[in-house]
Amino acid sequence: MFEYAPAPESRSVVDLKPSYGLFIDGKFVDPTDGGSFKSINPASEEVLAEVAEAGAQDVERAVRAARKAYDKVWGPMPGRDRAKYLYRIARLIQERSRELAVLESLDNGKPIRESRDVDLPLVAAHFFYYAGWADKLPHAGFGANPRPIGVAAQVIPWNFPLLMLAWKIAPALAAGNTVVLKPAETTPLTALLFAEICQQAELPAGVVNILTGAGDTGRALVEHPGVDKVAFTGSTDVGRAIARSVAGTSKKLTLELGGKAANIVFDDAPIDQAVEGIVNGIFFNQGHVCCAGSRLLVQENVADRVLESLKRRMAQLRVGDPLDKNTDVGAINSAAQLERIRELSDAGSAEGAERWSPPCDLPDRGFWFAPTIFTGVTQAHRIAREEIFGPVLSVLTFRTPAEAVEKANNTPYGLSAGIWTDKGSRILWMADRLRAGVVWANTFNKFDPTSPFGGYKESGYGREGGRHGLEGYLNV
Amino acid sequence: MTATTTSARSELSELGRSETALRTFLHGLPGVDQVGAEQRAAQLGTRSIKTTAKAQAIDLAIRMVDLTTLEGADTPGKVRALAAKALRPDPADPSCPHVGAVCVYPAMVPYVAEVLRGSGAGSGRPPGGPGQPHGAAPAGLGIVHLASVATAFPSGQAPLEIKLADTRAAVAAGADEIDMVINRGAFLAGRYKEVYDEIVATKEASGDAHLKVILETGELATYDNVRRASWLAMLAGGDFIKTSTGKVPIAATMPVSLVMLEAVRDFREATGRQVGVKPAGGIKTTKDAIKYLVMVNETVGPDWLDPDWFRFGASSLLNDLLMQRTKLTTGTYSGPDYFTLD
Repeated sequence: MFEYAPAPESRSVVDLKPSYGLFIDGKFVDPTDGGSFKSINPASEEVLAEVAEAGAQDVERAVRAARKAYDKVWGPMPGRDRAKYLYRIARLIQERSRELAVLESLDNGKPIRESRDVDLPLVAAHFFYYAGWADKLPHAGFGANPRPIGVAAQVIPWNFPLLMLAWKIAPALAAGNTVVLKPAETTPLTALLFAEICQQAELPAGVVNILTGAGDTGRALVEHPGVDKVAFTGSTDVGRAIARSVAGTSKKLTLELGGKAANIVFDDAPIDQAVEGIVNGIFFNQGHVCCAGSRLLVQENVADRVLESLKRRMAQLRVGDPLDKNTDVGAINSAAQLERIRELSDAGSAEGAERWSPPCDLPDRGFWFAPTIFTGVTQAHRIAREEIFGPVLSVLTFRTPAEAVEKANNTPYGLSAGIWTDKGSRILWMADRLRAGVVWANTFNKFDPTSPFGGYKESGYGREGGRHGLEGYLNV
Repeated sequence: MTATTTSARSELSELGRSETALRTFLHGLPGVDQVGAEQRAAQLGTRSIKTTAKAQAIDLAIRMVDLTTLEGADTPGKVRALAAKALRPDPADPSCPHVGAVCVYPAMVPYVAEVLRGSGAGSGRPPGGPGQPHGAAPAGLGIVHLASVATAFPSGQAPLEIKLADTRAAVAAGADEIDMVINRGAFLAGRYKEVYDEIVATKEASGDAHLKVILETGELATYDNVRRASWLAMLAGGDFIKTSTGKVPIAATMPVSLVMLEAVRDFREATGRQVGVKPAGGIKTTKDAIKYLVMVNETVGPDWLDPDWFRFGASSLLNDLLMQRTKLTTGTYSGPDYFTLD
């Protein structure tokens, strides 16, 4: 046997303070009413730091700082100068990427292999990409002289804390807006380290403001009348509430919400690579991915073979310490999320689907859920309809391409889909018919700053990434 | 072996009788997505193998080396020195394992055999049918195997009788492993039966010697071809499939070896017979070797983590393994001058 010895990434590269204030107008400040909460490591339940909880007055202060920076500094600044700051931030992110990756894994529970090889490179790439647009906005296809919107209120989720921050802040700043961003309450720490990077880059005060807090803070922020634009990534329920609250105002809104993506495997697919894609589609980031391929649609005549390969591959997944460089699946982000995954999985068993997980030892402390697949799932099962947001795959079968399309589209969501076939013409035929914002062909969960991302139906509206991602931050 | 694999095995053995059946079968294998295969290989290369795992991997890798010299300038003196090194790679450290085999041209086989035999080892293959593992050799037989390239290596562009005579001569001189090359010209022209028949004939000419079939993947160019050629070699009775001769610009790569490992895995599933894999050429560092071992571990599992089932065709790799081994045991990094150059 070839046992891999522990290969832990060093925690000492991160210099965590015991407590953090709010980042308003270029400075860390205490919250007005002094509230705070703790951010924990989901892999061990240890407290990492105490973080300020922003109240209504803090939101007021932050929005005012952002408005002032927009009116006096950032709005009037030529694009080429904004680009300099964004490039500087991008380079600092690269320089400090090890530190950021370790902190992301500590606070979120994702494996260091992913924060190091996926999250951080993409974060830097996003800033580099949008830095390039800052002085080229007249060529983006939104008119000769597109103007920014103003102050953007941005609320982001806990699954990719720093990457979602980059998706929000980079295009907003490139287009000339200023921002007030609220990270998720379970993963605020990398956003606060990002605030330090803004200081290090000498970004003008008030251009980026970070307010930590939970749902109430977020609500106060998006409902604030001084905000011109709201951008939200998170659950469909909260997205609906936000859409209601901004209805009838002049605020512009983009939403990136849930998903229940179909990953469709045809009988002529490259099986070994398709299995990799299935694994990457649902077990990447513990399945905490809005575009996760959580429904496997496999053509019935190859289903046994694909499932056998998939199970063999799943037995190779290493679940455990997120900071171990050989870990493939880390910790579930929070007790609440673990509870939701358990509840839906139990419903899957109760409704008669067959549950399977590879043998794996889960740590005693922290929040853990073994990679799981359900076979014998039908469209009527809750696990085929509701977003689980965890390492749980529902396997369904189909007989013909038309049936695959019908089943794939039979969901209120429409964020992403995957097609696995060696036949190029079938890829195009399917892509035309799938109602999903992103369709991957012979790959899954591939992201790139140049490529727009976003959903149909209850998965939201607006696009992030690429030239299209500028539209949500320009007055067009 | 289950009844299903027995019947599958006999069905598959029929394939070689007809060009059409072979073609239909090989072209019916699932395709390989190039991007996906390369991505998976790269991902496996990011595993971090440290401390005890590294020490274990280095010793295993040393035992898997086919210490190779295949030069026009090879002389009896040169190959004797190489054979001596194969037996005792690190004279300063008796705990260092010996390598898997020495690999030379047929003309050099007698000189290597002399050294290996002189060590109380000699060469020779324990009796046993094809596919039998040959780990601990019975008393009086070789601890280090003697491999010889044959079949008009490296191009394979010679008449069949000459290739078979080449093989018989190598075995007669003492080789217990034959590294043959497939007829790439015939393979690329779609004459699969011709390739198949040549492998069958070479297997027969090899007698008890284990047959490693070199696909020369750098010339096959696509991963689909690599998968087909792997199956073809296994169907025809090869005991090992090997990537390269080391004589063309593109030798062993991680993704090519991944596709071959998937092929031996699937072949064993279908037939019950286990076939070994040997990446050769271009693997020069301990880091590279460990990446391959990780790939073996996570693709086909521990059954293949043994010199009977996985080998590295290499020359300079051994010294890097020895340097890293010394570094791990002593804590100091000795320069290349402390290791023998043979």
